[in-house]
Amino acid sequence: MERVPILKLGDLLIVSIQVDLDDQTVLALKEDLAEVVVARGARGVIIDISAVEIVDSFTGRMLATIAEMCRMLDAHAVVVGMRPAVAITLVELGLSLGGVRTALNLEKGVALLDHVRGAVP
Amino acid sequence: MNAEREAAIASSADVVAVRRLVRSAAIEVGLSLIDQTKIITAASELARNALVYAGRGEVRVHVVENGSRRGLKLVVSDEGPGISDVERALTDGWTTGTGLGLGLGGSRRLVDEFDLLSEPGKGTSVTVTKWAR
Repeated sequence: MERVPILKLGDLLIVSIQVDLDDQTVLALKEDLAEVVVARGARGVIIDISAVEIVDSFTGRMLATIAEMCRMLDAHAVVVGMRPAVAITLVELGLSLGGVRTALNLEKGVALLDHVRGAVP
Repeated sequence: MNAEREAAIASSADVVAVRRLVRSAAIEVGLSLIDQTKIITAASELARNALVYAGRGEVRVHVVENGSRRGLKLVVSDEGPGISDVERALTDGWTTGTGLGLGLGGSRRLVDEFDLLSEPGKGTSVTVTKWAR
């Protein structure tokens, strides 16, 4: 099983998924992230999926779970870089990730988090 | 040209291998990027279903032709418990497992042709086809 690295940048965590995700890797990422968010006191988590060619219902559900989990741990999660074909496929699959914040790319994801955190004193 | 490839599904790493196999066949057949993504996603759902409900299964990948059109046909089969109520199993949100219940119904929406054969106690076989446009 591969492990997805979690990078720290200020009070943000950046996760860039560069591997074809198997279910075990996704589950491990969820658990690793929960620990690191708390250990580092992170306020924001950016998950870059620009290299991910396939998001199926399992991975999609895990993205939603991670976003919810982050919220409960006082961090905001943003999924960035979703490919157009992945978005089309997810909607047709019946999974529109309603509770997940998204941004087109890393830069916009960081800007969104700055904005979100700025709005909450 | 009627190349057939197959792969066993016995672990979550095998589900990833199935996606790779289907991707290379989809590119070979000339499916658009969006259609490649749809059929690979459907394959991933069906392979996971075989793994979760039957413990193992297999996928066979066929390149098919209809006049000048080419397509990709996948047969995902297992020898698991089978599905007693196929109509219900195809309903979004219905599951006997721990997932979201989107696998079968969702896969059906992602492909052009979908055929499910299941016999309780004997297993399940799902055949899906995606045609190049």
